[in-house]
Amino acid sequence: MKKPITLVNWAFALTALALAGRAAAENHVYAIRDAKVHTLGSSGTLPRATVVVVDGKIAGVGEGVKIPAGAQIINGQGLEVYPGMINAWSNLGLTEITSVPATNDAAELGDYNPHLLAFTAIHPASEHIPVTRVNGITASLSAPSGGIIAGQATLLHLDGWTVDEMALLKSAGLVLDFPSLDAAQRSRAGGGGRGGAQRRSFADIKRNYEKRVKELSDLLEAARHYDKARGANPGTERDRKLEALVPVIKGELPVFLQADSERDIKNAVDFARKEKLKVVIQGGREANKTGELLKRENIPVILGSIVALPDREDDPYDARFTLPRDLARAGIKFALTSSSSSEVRNLPYEAGFAEAYGLSHEDALKAVTLNPAEILGVAAKVGSIETGKIADLVVTDGDLLEIRTQVKHLFIAGKNVSLETKHTRLYEKYLNRP
Amino acid sequence: MKRNVLTAALIIIACASYLLAFDPQSAASSAGLTLIKDATILTVSHGTIPKGSILIRDGKIAEVGPEVKAPAGATVIDGSGQYVMPGIIDCHSHIATAGGVNEGSLAVTAMVGVEDVIDSTDINIYRDLAGGVTSSNILHGSANPIGGRNQLIKLRWGKDARGLIFEGAQPGIKFALGENPKRSRSAGPSTTPARYPQTRMGVEDVIREAFIEARTYMQRWDDYKKRAAGGERTAIPPRRDLKLEALAEVLRGERLVHSHGYRADEILMLIRLADEFGFKIATFQHVLEGYKIAREIAAHGAGASTFSDWWAYKVEAYDAIPHNAAIMTRKGVLVSINSDSAEEARHLNQEAAKCMKYGGLSEQEALALVTLNPAKQLRVDRRVGSIDPGKDADLVIYNRHPLSVYAVAQKVLIDGQVYFDVKKDLELRQFMEKERNELKEKDRKNQDRERRPDSRRGPPTDVTATAAPPEQ
Repeated sequence: MKKPITLVNWAFALTALALAGRAAAENHVYAIRDAKVHTLGSSGTLPRATVVVVDGKIAGVGEGVKIPAGAQIINGQGLEVYPGMINAWSNLGLTEITSVPATNDAAELGDYNPHLLAFTAIHPASEHIPVTRVNGITASLSAPSGGIIAGQATLLHLDGWTVDEMALLKSAGLVLDFPSLDAAQRSRAGGGGRGGAQRRSFADIKRNYEKRVKELSDLLEAARHYDKARGANPGTERDRKLEALVPVIKGELPVFLQADSERDIKNAVDFARKEKLKVVIQGGREANKTGELLKRENIPVILGSIVALPDREDDPYDARFTLPRDLARAGIKFALTSSSSSEVRNLPYEAGFAEAYGLSHEDALKAVTLNPAEILGVAAKVGSIETGKIADLVVTDGDLLEIRTQVKHLFIAGKNVSLETKHTRLYEKYLNRP
Repeated sequence: MKRNVLTAALIIIACASYLLAFDPQSAASSAGLTLIKDATILTVSHGTIPKGSILIRDGKIAEVGPEVKAPAGATVIDGSGQYVMPGIIDCHSHIATAGGVNEGSLAVTAMVGVEDVIDSTDINIYRDLAGGVTSSNILHGSANPIGGRNQLIKLRWGKDARGLIFEGAQPGIKFALGENPKRSRSAGPSTTPARYPQTRMGVEDVIREAFIEARTYMQRWDDYKKRAAGGERTAIPPRRDLKLEALAEVLRGERLVHSHGYRADEILMLIRLADEFGFKIATFQHVLEGYKIAREIAAHGAGASTFSDWWAYKVEAYDAIPHNAAIMTRKGVLVSINSDSAEEARHLNQEAAKCMKYGGLSEQEALALVTLNPAKQLRVDRRVGSIDPGKDADLVIYNRHPLSVYAVAQKVLIDGQVYFDVKKDLELRQFMEKERNELKEKDRKNQDRERRPDSRRGPPTDVTATAAPPEQ
């Protein structure tokens, strides 16, 4: 993983250098001077350094970096610079007001919709996007939901006039809610509620599970045949669902395999191995119990919110808070997330809580920056402050994960983004009401 | 079935072990004296003592200050490097209720009360306690313009339902405005029939009608009492009506109104209505648009109990801003931050910190949002809400400043007794793990025995002796 990144970085660096002179003239050149810089890259944390941004990219970072003529200078004394946070799971841009169906585009009808793309429905003018980014989140994965294969998720930059401008990855992967043997049980015990979901016999749940897994295998097998048929005869009638699965069966497009319980994760990993899929576990509430397996298979995890109640009545009260610590100890790569569109802004506190319950500070920061970048396959572009990467930067007056910390400046793709939101506008308006 | 029995056994043992460990008798010293020593004390009422001690006598705070010493026989808790704050008071919670919190069948259900359904075995009591909560205002749901009566409890985990009641707390009742009461039984393809009201006009009408009825009811009783006192032997007492009695208590100022509401206009509606009938709203709950009419809320004298930063989950929450608490505070409203969620309750201290980030409240103002202010709103501030001599020793000890994202509660005391201790919790987990494994092992052995055909026993005699029921 390390090597290709370095090579790509180098290529980026060359490009950035070539563009540097021209960009300065257009005034897209910034220098954040004398700040504490948390690169989360090979340079570690630099107590007093300068970050130079040229034409959307990081053109230099370090103590003695030369500031290009004409650069807009930001005095970083007393401030800290972090790479923009990346939220690896959400419905941002797909859901505006939860209770109003007309504003929800995340869940389509039908069990198998591999050809649907979140990109198509993302609302670039959603009020949630500015509200999210001003807390230092510069990219978020928007994932469809519903059915077994909900569609493909899109990785968004949280600034842009159109979704074309915003998409970092039009398709980041296929969303597959792996059939569960435990979900019925989970919903019964979850949230401390009593009663709740209706009881189904285990035999019944298992029958349904086997039927669903067979459907999935058949679908993937059909995609293999389809691929061969199209290869042999380009005139073969098109099937957009199977077509969408071709990069999946070839291991080119990752699958976000949603599974939470120990048993479900094991089953999902078995399935992935059999079908030779490239997978990321999403959810992973009991990923700590499958640590060895995930480590051996080198499968990363995109965790659901850890600021959540335990699943079972007799689980430790902090069962979810300590999950990141346990995964780090097991050597599993993971990302932390805050998935509901109106709560993505709380991503840094997911990491803060993880640290409070045993994760190291560096691992906590990585879980919302470099790790999601690596898991989503975009670490060559984003996730750390390194020359050649896209300039997604957050300038704060303190620890990024602390609640009281204020974001002072925000750069997305090298653009100095306004910190105004619907919320700040209403705040100003009504604070000044006579 | 076997599995269910095993699970049930595990749960019972889990609960029992917590109960055992947190038997308050064993937590308190025999003399009822405890000293929390050398901690940073966030009093909320009178600033921060950088290094001080708190003496607890018989469940009450006896002394607080930099020079307080341990009397002979006191249990000493070393607080060095740690932070003590008043126990968190959650002004809006639905934990510890059995069988639901929404009696949604009628538009007015003032005759029902949460005090009748307190479930002292709900594990969320322990979970919220572990997050520093010591008192929770358990409210009826928001399905009706006038809902049921609420109950303030202390999270004395291990006590029975009666032991959780916050004794002496002023009674209250839940009202609800807006989307919830008007849509809870909406017309359309539903299995339940539509229920009036379906609009905000109807919500106002239902509340107004109920209070007119309550006034008439009071008048009838007054007339009867006058006639009876005058020796009129034919005077017949009116029929008692539990619904109207609760509302009469509201009109007499004896029962606090906690009204769920979001939009500015409907909050003003209820203020107008309350002014007209001559009573006060104690708290507006949620009140996410409170920042738009902070002046009017302050003028009425109502408190506002809101969320830190939730928004956009429904239309009436689309103008919610995280600066709500700060604006209302600046404009003279008594504000608290509540959870409305067993999960959110576990980090109300950190939710309060968000009001420093959004709107710039001070540390003291932020801490008051989850301690002293809700105590005032619930009229129990003489008992709890700050660290002052004479108040109940409801305290939380944190490893870091409680407004930090990194703070974890280490010990939680109620009435001077330790109900949560993070170290004890870890010990209990090992104990439970051992017990769980033993049970699993026993279960496995039983199954093995049952599988062997030669060991199959006949049915127990007491079963064969009983005749099978004729049907079923």
